[in-house]
Amino acid sequence: MSIAAGTATTVARRRAWSGAQGLTSPGIVIPIVVIAAATIVAIFGPLLAPYDPDLPDLSQFFVGPAGGHLLGYDGQGRDVLSRLLVGARTSMIGPLAVTVLCMSTGSLLAVAAAWRGGLLDTVLSSGLDILFAFPGILLAVLSAAVFGAGLIAPVLALSVAYTPYVARVLRGAALRERAQQYVAALEVQGASGVAICFRHLLPNMAGLIVAQATTLFGYAMVDLAAISYLGLGVQPPTADWGVMVAENQQGIIQGYPIPSLAAGICIVLVVVAFNILGERLYERSETRR
Amino acid sequence: MLIVSLLVASFVIFAAIYLAPGNPLAALSGGRTIPPDSLRILEQRYHLDQPFFVQYWYWLGNALHGNLGISITLRENVSDLIASRISTTAGLVLYASILIIAFGVALGVVSGLRPGILDNTVLVITAVSASLPAFVAAIVLILVFAVQLQWFPSLGNGVGFFDQVRHLTLPAVALAVSSLAIVARVTRAAIREESRREHVQTAVSRGIPTAQLIRRHVLRNAAIPIATISGITVASLIALAAVVEVVFGLGGLGAYLVKSAQSKDLAVVQGISLLLVTAFVAVNVLVDFLYAVLDPRVTLGSRSQ
Amino acid sequence: MSPSASLLEVESLTVRLPIEGGMREVLHGVSLEIRPGESVGLVGESGSGKSMTARAIDRILPPGAAVSGQIRFGGRDVMSLGGADLKKFRGEVAMIFQDPRAHTNPVRRIGDFMTEALCTNQGVSKQDASRRAVALLKDVGIEDGERRLHQYPHELSGGLLQRVMIATALLTKPRLLLADEPTTALDVTTQAEVVGILDTLRSDLGLAMLFITHNLELAAAICDRTIVMYAGQVVEVRQSNRLHDEPLHPYTAALTAARPSIERTAPRLLAIAGRPLSAFEAPETECAFAPRCPYAQDVCRRARPSLVELDGGMTRCVRASDLVGHMELSAHG
Repeated sequence: MSIAAGTATTVARRRAWSGAQGLTSPGIVIPIVVIAAATIVAIFGPLLAPYDPDLPDLSQFFVGPAGGHLLGYDGQGRDVLSRLLVGARTSMIGPLAVTVLCMSTGSLLAVAAAWRGGLLDTVLSSGLDILFAFPGILLAVLSAAVFGAGLIAPVLALSVAYTPYVARVLRGAALRERAQQYVAALEVQGASGVAICFRHLLPNMAGLIVAQATTLFGYAMVDLAAISYLGLGVQPPTADWGVMVAENQQGIIQGYPIPSLAAGICIVLVVVAFNILGERLYERSETRR
Repeated sequence: MLIVSLLVASFVIFAAIYLAPGNPLAALSGGRTIPPDSLRILEQRYHLDQPFFVQYWYWLGNALHGNLGISITLRENVSDLIASRISTTAGLVLYASILIIAFGVALGVVSGLRPGILDNTVLVITAVSASLPAFVAAIVLILVFAVQLQWFPSLGNGVGFFDQVRHLTLPAVALAVSSLAIVARVTRAAIREESRREHVQTAVSRGIPTAQLIRRHVLRNAAIPIATISGITVASLIALAAVVEVVFGLGGLGAYLVKSAQSKDLAVVQGISLLLVTAFVAVNVLVDFLYAVLDPRVTLGSRSQ
Repeated sequence: MSPSASLLEVESLTVRLPIEGGMREVLHGVSLEIRPGESVGLVGESGSGKSMTARAIDRILPPGAAVSGQIRFGGRDVMSLGGADLKKFRGEVAMIFQDPRAHTNPVRRIGDFMTEALCTNQGVSKQDASRRAVALLKDVGIEDGERRLHQYPHELSGGLLQRVMIATALLTKPRLLLADEPTTALDVTTQAEVVGILDTLRSDLGLAMLFITHNLELAAAICDRTIVMYAGQVVEVRQSNRLHDEPLHPYTAALTAARPSIERTAPRLLAIAGRPLSAFEAPETECAFAPRCPYAQDVCRRARPSLVELDGGMTRCVRASDLVGHMELSAHG
């Protein structure tokens, strides 16, 4: 198949494919279902858990699924399933905070820079470019060292590290919106900059913002889980998926992989859902343009 | 521009001891009680009686000379402690980079040139692997390859070159898995994009055979974004390596960084952070350079535009 | 005008492309012929199918295209060529494009670009190919060819790049040159230069040429014959020197009238009402131009007209014999 032929087949197929990317396509529905399930578990976790997640049965360390314990006991005799259900909350609340912080700060900065242009834009863009030098995890580790372990420091650190990227993407979109004719029309009519930004610019970028937020959640979740795994985030004995992977790592070598693996799988499932959803949403926001 | 970032980053790292709750002395001692004599030594070493920026200046100067202070916990020079661990981290990052670039680009090229089932499969695989945090990939790998199949060891560094490589294999794969996806995706997109360009049509109309066409007009042009994303990915590996080192119990910089963070040994944390950020910036500079080499239209430093 | 003397024969060429979910016609029953050494102009507005015709001839249609009809070059069926025959064909038919910058690889030097086909397909050594390239660059008016070979496309202006394109096309000593709007993207002065070069080289080398443009006067100036296309069909074929004064189709007359001329003043710029159609937009039950034609009558709306000979040319207008000689300057805006 020549390149040209292949490319055209792709184009044709992609057209057919994108027809199926309406809001009811599997690529969007399945991730939403998974995310909804995870959210419900996060909210109602303690109510759904069959056993007390923190109460150890000291006679049962690393025992496989047995007698009413669907996933068995973990390294400290606690029911794995219950801990997973309860852990959803801490595992998802951190990324939520990061996403909210990043997206709000990022969009405000982006719109301000795009709207005012000139010196403000240059200063903000340069400032953001400078921040690019810091990988998120490194900043989180640093802040954990300074402020002590816990969820708050890494969340703030990750927000600081991610905002430049979000702001840059949104700035591009804001600039494009600003160049549209309706904006000039509104300006001529005397609408204030702030009003235009909030009532027209931002809503028109909504598709992109949502797509970006979704993807960001996925990345934040991965990074925060890693931080908790390292013991610098959520602290044991709190149930958290990242922590659980670390706590039960010994189990893998000893032949009881389920506790650690199950926590890992939970993380992956939710992150995959967010990534796929984010990707589809991004595609839709692109084709709208 | 990147140099400025580096300076700012180093400043932030340095200022960390002031951001910590309590006074700098307490931060440096990591919350331990220290005899007054030692406290005075700390004061002198860090010039704590001097104004803030003078302290920064001293610290930076020392750092550039390789003097990064003393570890509270181990009572040795931070520089020495770093030197003994750097080879592990460097080896890990190198190994993972090779895997990422080799497999990522290969997958991207294959799926870019041949749409169809193969392409869709690659898309699905990359979607999943992009969501795989390195440490989860790590434990899965340990489960399958170390415990069940016993092909690779799960812990430690190993002795001698080949043994060390063996020990680094699973960690390198764990690191590579999640970063592979984006390289494959970008490669695929770049190949697609370049295949559609008009100058490819010109070459077709002149009868250039397909293989040569792909090599000289598609791949060569796609090399620009591919190199860029590869560089960025490798740079980010520098930070991600820390997690993988901890999972596999490797004695590398990252693991040591984490341990020091846990024990609040700030001097070490600062030293390693500074090194890692420098490495990160250095890789980015290299990518800028590579970009200018590959694309004759571009002059140095304009990549961020 | 016996068929065996033609260099290129296109017969009832119909091309359909995948557009918006279905296969739509972009060319309908196009027939033309070019004799060795003859230069033929192909004129039409956007969507008329002129570019597509050239691409069909050169076999670089967009993928997914469905082609029916016949294209014969040197007596051989073009569509069925393969392997070595196809390569030979590509050496004998050269195409130059509208935007030289988009059609040259930005990361490769000019020298590479020019010599690639020669070295790969004809096994010529790099030095020989380069020497030939420098010689041809001289022919197109670029004196310091040696230096240019080492430069990159972005270092050359559009006009220069188009000359390089022309030189490159001539390197394989083709028998037919397809020029797809080669001067449209250039400023007027450069246009004149490039057209001059094309004309001189063409006659020097005895090269046949299909010159595609939307500019009727330009085509008439350098081509012996002009073909006018509308909505994917040929609507008129005429000797260029008679086209302006005695067009055989209202569309041609309208094109001529719509072009602002220094020689006359007019209270308004004349334009043709409506917009140009693509082949698939034109209804099959009437003349495609009827909705916009000032001379349209019932007979025009009864059936799709066919191409007929008239007065030494060809026309697709059923009223042509009545209208000839009365159509200049009468298109209304």
